[in-house]
Amino acid sequence: MTINFENKKQQNSEASVESSRRNFIVGSAAVAGIAIAPSVVLYQTAHADSLQNVSAKEGASSKVRWGMLVDTTKDVDWNKCVEACNKEQGLGNEEESRDDQRTQYIRVVDVKNKGTGYSMSLPVMCQHCEQPPCVDVCPTGASMKRPDGIVLVDRHRCIGCRYCMMACPYKARSFVHEVLHDQKEVTPRGKGCVESCNMCVGRIDKGQEPACVEASSGAIVFGDLNDPDSAISKLLKEHGGKQIRADLKLNPAIHYQGI
Amino acid sequence: MKKLHFLEVEGNTKGFYTFLGLFGLISLIGILSAYYMEHHGHWVTGMSNQVVWGTPHVFAIFLIVAASGALNVASISSVFAKTAYKPLARLSGMLAMALLAGGLVVLLLDLGRPDRLIVAMTKFNFTSIFTWNIILYSGFMGIVGIYLWTMMDRPYNSLTKKAGMVAFIWRLILTTGTGSIFGFLISREAYDSALLAPMFIIMSFSFGLAFFMLVLMGSFKYTQRELGDYTVNRLKNLLGVFVAAVLYFVVIYHLTNLYSADHRGISAFVLAGGGIYTFLFWVVQIVLGSLLPLFLLYGPTGKNRTMIGLASALIILGGLAQLYIIIVGGQAYPMQMFPGMEVSSSFYDGMVASYAPSLPEILLGLGGFGVTLLLVTMAVAALKFLPASLADAVADPHGK
Ligand code: SF4
Repeated sequence: MTINFENKKQQNSEASVESSRRNFIVGSAAVAGIAIAPSVVLYQTAHADSLQNVSAKEGASSKVRWGMLVDTTKDVDWNKCVEACNKEQGLGNEEESRDDQRTQYIRVVDVKNKGTGYSMSLPVMCQHCEQPPCVDVCPTGASMKRPDGIVLVDRHRCIGCRYCMMACPYKARSFVHEVLHDQKEVTPRGKGCVESCNMCVGRIDKGQEPACVEASSGAIVFGDLNDPDSAISKLLKEHGGKQIRADLKLNPAIHYQGI
Repeated sequence: MKKLHFLEVEGNTKGFYTFLGLFGLISLIGILSAYYMEHHGHWVTGMSNQVVWGTPHVFAIFLIVAASGALNVASISSVFAKTAYKPLARLSGMLAMALLAGGLVVLLLDLGRPDRLIVAMTKFNFTSIFTWNIILYSGFMGIVGIYLWTMMDRPYNSLTKKAGMVAFIWRLILTTGTGSIFGFLISREAYDSALLAPMFIIMSFSFGLAFFMLVLMGSFKYTQRELGDYTVNRLKNLLGVFVAAVLYFVVIYHLTNLYSADHRGISAFVLAGGGIYTFLFWVVQIVLGSLLPLFLLYGPTGKNRTMIGLASALIILGGLAQLYIIIVGGQAYPMQMFPGMEVSSSFYDGMVASYAPSLPEILLGLGGFGVTLLLVTMAVAALKFLPASLADAVADPHGK
């Protein structure tokens, strides 16, 4: 199964860029005297297949921008969201990994103000930035942003360099440290690749809400940030919201109240 | 001044095969370690979701940084027309290529999916500094290769200066590119400094020359070629200057961090409360890797070859410690998601991450050195890289 949600038009223009990139590579390989050309051809053939599979899928629209508003003042057990996420995405099936090597798409962070003693908890997942550093730094383009603003990893393209993990200001990404069995079809995961919250794209594409939103007893509102009439836009307009590390100017799609 | 001429190392000797076997073995162990980690997955390493780049990256980046620095000797000879360095230019260029190859092998073998190398070489994302580095590294190989050719093939000698100039500029960009890998990580305190890129350049001078010294002295010793004080003294004085310059940058880096409130944490961590990182900083990087070598190079032992060799080895050790602090320490230090607040979570937020290198990681890193030295050994036997003699009468342009 391939994750790729770009629409056909984009693929076409991408294909022409691709071909010029390939020409460039074959050229420079010749100069450098590296005989990689035969494998390039092999790879191109393999990749062409996967592109065809994808074009059958309907694309995501750039008119919408999916986002969430998390109300941290509500008295909910955020661990329910974590459980729902793990179940939906098939996480937690590592057998060998240490605790600090296990994948977490969403976690509960406890924050305490040392001065005042005030403390609170909030769920943190991939913040689906408008300017995602993970997409900027990824050498292969595996880390990508869908037209509807969802940031995810194409795990068929990821080489596991982990540069995106270094770049993410939210520690939102995990590296798969071992061979995994019993995976969910919606979320293919693979040893040696990086992964993170994909906002439950599978559910969104079917018109459902992400699993954590459903489990949040109304404390997380999901919707289209581009639509002024959506519930999330109205709430944000009325009560405002804050983004984590807004100073980095990445404009995340996840907003919080009460932080 | 006697005439300078170059000579291959005799390949069919016991000594040559011993070195070939030794370096081959180190390389092989490194590759087998990588296979072991790859086969099981990274859970067998000390790396985690908190420290994602571990010991292999320390070695890889050391070798890549040293590669561009090793080219210095050649640059000084062709670009700055210093004849004293001319006999060493070939070795310098070749060593630069071998170091880069060693570093890249380690970097590649530590990928989660090294089998997808071809993806990295065909799917470029031009906003990624990594992509630019791939281009810079390939270009470096090509340009230095051509540069060497102009040096070694007499009809093309006239082009050496131009090729040397291109190689010199390219290497400065390359090291800036390597340093920028970190510079782009805005969210991590340790890397958010404009000093990082120039510091990497000066580090490359120092590490590259230290490695060059060892290879030069070692190869001359084991092939019974004469190496006069004229050459050695110049190089070791230059090395001392580079070590002092790195030290200066380190001081400025921490001073500027300490003066700005939002960067104070990371420097305080490295300088005082960082456990292993603080130890590595003061004991290995500063005392063993900088002050002691300066003393050995400039003090009463300054003429003793063994001491110069020891100083070079210590500089390499200090350099590895310095990169360990930058790379691993910079990740272990908690990211400030909520500046000024106390944070905790199941994902180790707000905590200093623990990381201990596993044996295969270290062996893979050492394997990079093995690959470099293996290539050097083969190269000096195959082509005329080493001068037959660098006795003072040959090397000193003002000598009789
Ligand atoms: S680990 Fe994968 S997704 Fe992340 S930057 Fe590297 S190739 Fe891209």
